[in-house]
Amino acid sequence: MTINTLAKGGCHREQMACFRKMEKVIVAMQDPDMGMKMRNQRLLITVIPHAMTGHDIIAWLTHKYRISEEESLHLGNMLVKYGYIYPLKEPRCLVLRPDESPYRFQTPYFWTSTRWPASELDYAIYLAKKNIRKQGELMEYEKERYSLLHKRINHTWDFVVMQAREQLRASKQRRKADRIVLECQEQAYWLINRPPVRSITLYCIQLYCNSDYYKREIEACRKALGRNRVKSSICLEGFLKYSEQYLNHDPIMQGCLPSNPWISDDTAHWTMNAEIVPVPTRLRVERWSFSFMELLNDAMGRREFMTYLEKEFSAENLYFWQACEDIRHGESSKIVEKVEDIYKNFLAPGAARWVNIDSKTMDKTLEGIKRPHRFVMDDAQMHIYFLMKKDSYPRYLKSDLYKNMLAKAIVPQETKKSVFPFMRRQRHSSPSPAQTATQAAEEEGLAKGAGANSAAGSHF
Amino acid sequence: IPMQTYFILSYTQVKIQSPPTPEMATQEVPLNETLAHLKTESETLKSKLEEERAKLHDVELHQVAEKVEGLGQFVMKTRRTLKGHGNKVLCMDWCKDKRRIVSSSQDGKVIVWDAFTTNKEHAVTMPCTWVMACAYAPSGCAVACGGLDNKCSVYPLSLDKNENLAAKKKSVAMHTNYLSACSFTNSDMQILTSSGDGTCALWDVESGQLLQSFHGHAADVLCLDLAPSETGNTFVSGGCDKKANVWDMRSGQCIQSFETHESDINSVRYYPSGDAFASGSDDATCRLYDLRADREVAIYSKDSIIFGVSSVDFSLSGRLLFGGYNDYTINVWDVLKGTRVSILFGHENRVSTLRVSPDGTAFCTGSWDHTLRIWA
Repeated sequence: MTINTLAKGGCHREQMACFRKMEKVIVAMQDPDMGMKMRNQRLLITVIPHAMTGHDIIAWLTHKYRISEEESLHLGNMLVKYGYIYPLKEPRCLVLRPDESPYRFQTPYFWTSTRWPASELDYAIYLAKKNIRKQGELMEYEKERYSLLHKRINHTWDFVVMQAREQLRASKQRRKADRIVLECQEQAYWLINRPPVRSITLYCIQLYCNSDYYKREIEACRKALGRNRVKSSICLEGFLKYSEQYLNHDPIMQGCLPSNPWISDDTAHWTMNAEIVPVPTRLRVERWSFSFMELLNDAMGRREFMTYLEKEFSAENLYFWQACEDIRHGESSKIVEKVEDIYKNFLAPGAARWVNIDSKTMDKTLEGIKRPHRFVMDDAQMHIYFLMKKDSYPRYLKSDLYKNMLAKAIVPQETKKSVFPFMRRQRHSSPSPAQTATQAAEEEGLAKGAGANSAAGSHF
Repeated sequence: IPMQTYFILSYTQVKIQSPPTPEMATQEVPLNETLAHLKTESETLKSKLEEERAKLHDVELHQVAEKVEGLGQFVMKTRRTLKGHGNKVLCMDWCKDKRRIVSSSQDGKVIVWDAFTTNKEHAVTMPCTWVMACAYAPSGCAVACGGLDNKCSVYPLSLDKNENLAAKKKSVAMHTNYLSACSFTNSDMQILTSSGDGTCALWDVESGQLLQSFHGHAADVLCLDLAPSETGNTFVSGGCDKKANVWDMRSGQCIQSFETHESDINSVRYYPSGDAFASGSDDATCRLYDLRADREVAIYSKDSIIFGVSSVDFSLSGRLLFGGYNDYTINVWDVLKGTRVSILFGHENRVSTLRVSPDGTAFCTGSWDHTLRIWA
């Protein structure tokens, strides 16, 4: 569904798929063996055949699709709303009632999808018939439309009136029950499909399928054909492992301690898990062991890891990585200056924080620095990242530093449910990140460079 | 109950006499010979690709998941209702502080809320209607939004009550058709956009400079999502051409493409590990695509679910997939077993946007009924 359709008012592309699906349901409902049991319904003094009650519709949907009654009611309502089933009592109220109210299937001739688009001419004939049959039977909006149509398609008005008279004459020759059924069907159709007052709307579907497009597609396909793929059995196991590993960390699946703030109105969970806290929670520290990314993405985790690296005299790796990230995600205007800084601090011979990169990567990077761009540090950054990941990170997880952190970590107590459950807690507001940032900026004056306001920095 | 109305439509070049089939809807202008050749070659290669992809598909996800415990009864309720928009809510995004959100609507209003207290903290009126895209900056100090104005603009959030936010507005992205989605990358300094003009683009916020553009969709691009990967260099987009494309942000190349949906793809979202992504489409299905297996690995659908999916997102562990649908409901899927766990009612019109909060404690939905709801 694109805005082009929405802005210009047409939804038919999106709707056609829905109509097909609804029609499948309707056809199943009318299946001679497994479909609905229909009976005759009394409407005033006439007996209408092949009708059903709202209650029956819901029961059938509930049984067939193995869903709840609430969902059946919802689905049934859609079928009524789009005209596949229409009510015999109160025909203008397109709602499915879960009671003995009678309903009928709309004939396929009158399905929206069959007769799309509803033409003004047909609508005019319908209104003319109503007008002729019983003067003054038209509703307010119908009267308005009728006069509007009279103006718009005035040139064919004789045809309209003639057709209306013909159709009325033909219908008089039908049996009364049939006539009523047909009138109901027709009325139901027009309730839903009456053409709007606005005139023809142009609808352009943009398709950018020129030769460039196909050339690109062909190139992409060729590349894709040569790609290395992994067997499904291996990939899919990965999903199982991931979901299992993170199960306890998923508040919607397992709840969270001390309580979910949205449910209990208590923000303790957020306070305990703020960006920087004196003692982190156990779950949080455990998560650092799931992957190197998890450790680096957590400000406290990163800080701890830095402390560890300092002890190992390899902190320059993490500083370097951070500086590279800052270039990649920072302002275009600062790239040149930042690249120079990195060279001075990390790559130049005798640099204060010289990083140990293999000679091939180093040569390539030094060459690239001559014409600095956003991704010039990528190779070097990758090299150092994987160095930390394969070497320092696993050792960190085995270190006392980490183990102590884990041992000290808090396991919050679950908040006992309030004795007075109907008393709602006060919901306190929190300082806006916009505010703390403004204050921080004011306090610090000029930012100190890469470290202070790093790309991923936040103040929560 | 809104009455269904139909407009008499005609294509610019083709006059329609009979009801359109979905195929007719994408009917192209008659092709010249070289174009026809290219098209055939492209289609042949595509079938070959599908054959190759099928070769390594030795098991289905739900089969692998048989050993996993099923999910029990699911209870999620509306915990907050945010009222204040005067028209259809089209988009929303969470702040990293886990409680604030930004939302945009058809009447041009962009509102920043503290969803926890339901207080409105900022409001901006855009000069255009149909603000289809909005995003919160990672720092929490700015929001980006755009729509029918074909632009993406960044508004720094000021706490000075007297200050008019619109005054500090910065125009960043310029497309030749409407803006359908936008997202900051890892910092406040870069924005990724998708547009009705069929392209995606990466922009430098400070200068408004175009850093990279992404061509490859055959029609409007409706959605995008950044990959949570280690190297942070890719993103996925979905469009009206029924394709989901994975892009390299550095080179602008499309590195993977998937075309199994039967209708417009309205939403794409990465699985938390970054190894897969889910999509939601007008064909009423959600699908899961594995990037290493290079194929679709699951379809989430049910015969009783008839209306299109507007928006999808995963729970924190990736076990659940939430879908907002055009029939006003939210369906919750067990990603591994492929079954529908729950259906949530509450909105009174189509659900247009759905996002899980950054810490996974809740998810937020926005709807054409003018409200947003927080569910937990």
